[in-house]
Amino acid sequence: MTEPVKMTMIDAINRALHDAMEENGKILLLGEDVADPEDGGVFGATRGLSTRFGEDRVKSTPISEQAIVGAAIGASLVGYRPVAEVMLMNFMTVAMDMLVNHAAKLRFMSGGQTSVPITVRTMTGSGLSLGGQHSDFVEAWFAHTAGMKVVIPSSANDAYGLLRSAIDDADPVIFVETLPIYWAQGEVSFERIPIGKARVCREGSDLTIIAYGQMVSHSLTVATELAKQGKSVEVIDLRTVSPWDRETVLASVAKTGRALIVHEAVKEYGVGAEIASVIGEALFGRLVAPVQRLGAAYCPVPFSKPLEQAFAPNAESIGAAAAALLS
Amino acid sequence: MSNYPKPDGPTLRAIYEKAARIQFNDERVIKEIKAGKLVMPFYSTRGQEIIPAAISVSLTDDDYVNTIYRGGHDQIAKGFPLPDYWAEIAGRVTGACKGKGGPMHLTYPAKGIMVTTGIVGSTAPIANGLAWAAKLEGKGRVTIANFGDGAANIGAVHEAMNMAALWQLPVIFVCQNNAYAEHTSMARSTRVDSYAKRAAGYAMEGIRVDGNDPDEMYGAARWAIDRARAGEGPTFIEATTFRFNGHLIGEAGGYMDKELYAASQTRDPMPILRRRLVDQGIAAAGELDALDASIRAEIDAAVQAAYAADYPDPSELKVDVLVDAIA
Ligand SMILES: Cc1ncc(C[n+]2csc(CCOP(=O)(O)OP(=O)(O)O)c2C)c(N)n1
Repeated sequence: MTEPVKMTMIDAINRALHDAMEENGKILLLGEDVADPEDGGVFGATRGLSTRFGEDRVKSTPISEQAIVGAAIGASLVGYRPVAEVMLMNFMTVAMDMLVNHAAKLRFMSGGQTSVPITVRTMTGSGLSLGGQHSDFVEAWFAHTAGMKVVIPSSANDAYGLLRSAIDDADPVIFVETLPIYWAQGEVSFERIPIGKARVCREGSDLTIIAYGQMVSHSLTVATELAKQGKSVEVIDLRTVSPWDRETVLASVAKTGRALIVHEAVKEYGVGAEIASVIGEALFGRLVAPVQRLGAAYCPVPFSKPLEQAFAPNAESIGAAAAALLS
Repeated sequence: MSNYPKPDGPTLRAIYEKAARIQFNDERVIKEIKAGKLVMPFYSTRGQEIIPAAISVSLTDDDYVNTIYRGGHDQIAKGFPLPDYWAEIAGRVTGACKGKGGPMHLTYPAKGIMVTTGIVGSTAPIANGLAWAAKLEGKGRVTIANFGDGAANIGAVHEAMNMAALWQLPVIFVCQNNAYAEHTSMARSTRVDSYAKRAAGYAMEGIRVDGNDPDEMYGAARWAIDRARAGEGPTFIEATTFRFNGHLIGEAGGYMDKELYAASQTRDPMPILRRRLVDQGIAAAGELDALDASIRAEIDAAVQAAYAADYPDPSELKVDVLVDAIA
């Protein structure tokens, strides 16, 4: 077994792609700027891979999101496992036909004759002053689409392990990387992490906070703070938004009796609504308080620093919501 | 056109056989719809038979075809088994796609029929991926991306043609120009008088042929297929034709130019090809009569078997969404 190594999330992603390609010659990479003549991506996530595996397998593309996802789909139909990079999550909208009408549906519409084992890596995140068209969160759209999976890692280790599993997966996986935590360091143990399994990051008995992506570390901060006041908060990192781990979430809320769901996407019609509804249906009699949701303000991601800070939940707002639930 | 290969007698007869199967099948579908036995949207390919018949005589089962909702001709020419076809359009569990795809999503990978899409223009980006995979395998496989004249104006097609030319993929873009996109004529869709001219914009070979003429269609397709197999890159073929039954079965066609419509009827490619086979001594009339009868019997058997089969069980809703059945 490989010893754990400290690295950034971006290096963990690079390493996962490298290890996967090394292991399986059917894994291909494509996207804007991904090959080494283009610097291995604007953030360097794919740096070194075209040099190592050749430009037949690692292809930089024109700025053509539909053609990128379409080519990934086509190659996947005949035995390849392409990992397509769509630079930012907002640009997924440009390829929605390929993602929603084709990637997600071809298995079903063909009665299982064809499958689309693609991984679409994309990046997003508020906090970098990129404004409305470069930092949005549309994971609920994909979670709402039957036939695909949505994975959002919150650490370098999870990024490695979940990406390996996404590439192995027989179905299309949307893999969302959170830009503001891209350069955060963490220990990576180089093991696959199963899709669909949440992680209990911290155990507790009074309240369950369910979060993913950038919201996980804020939630952990809140749990630590509340512990000083004698409140015991359990924090669950969902890791996979679809299919989500009902078992772990329901077991936790059954124990604590209180649930707070936190995400960076706007609250309205979001992932939190689905989770809250399922918790309500399954645990109505055992809840000691109504399930609460915390999400971003119902507006595009703003540019101005104070506005952007006020946009998404943070340790302060999560802490306030948690304290209110516990009182 | 004089430089392109010409079909010999046996090839012309093979084109006739495929085209007759397409025509009789199309007529039978319409008959069943009118009799109320099939309930489905149907986009007739009557009048366009020669295009795929003359292309597919130069293809093998290993070559790939993507087509659209108006794709019965492309599918049957490529070898879609009629029992699997009929059971699928009748929504039966014995259908190629277990009744989950229907007429707009007919798939049969065993014969290289990889994607049939209801989304205008989407065949092209996915064809690139099939062709990329084929290029990596190095077995000389060719991919055909079929679409209409209306689709030629969609962004996805332009992205795909640019990328195919850039990557020198073994893909052939076949624009079946049947003069109308739903109710809109070519003249009211674009300022160019020939879509083939656009190929130059991608430094791609582009050619416009009379898609109803087996010599021209066969020659152009054969030339493009040979180029693709030899690694010489993609070709754009604009094949002019006419759809005899309007856009969708049951529609009045009031938007059509009366003279154009009348002229097209005098150029029905089917009787012209039949007459030619007899006149040139390639096949005797009696022999063609027997061939026609055997095709009709084959269709009849497929129709009866389809109606006799069961509908899928509602539990099938949870199967083929993802590789594992949904809980
Ligand atoms: C993206 C998209 N837009 C609109 C439609 C509705 N629609 C279905 S068929 C069609 C006309 C397409 O014409 P053409 O590409 O010429 O193909 P043809 O039907 O003539 O074979 C349209 C607009 C669609 N299916 N997909």
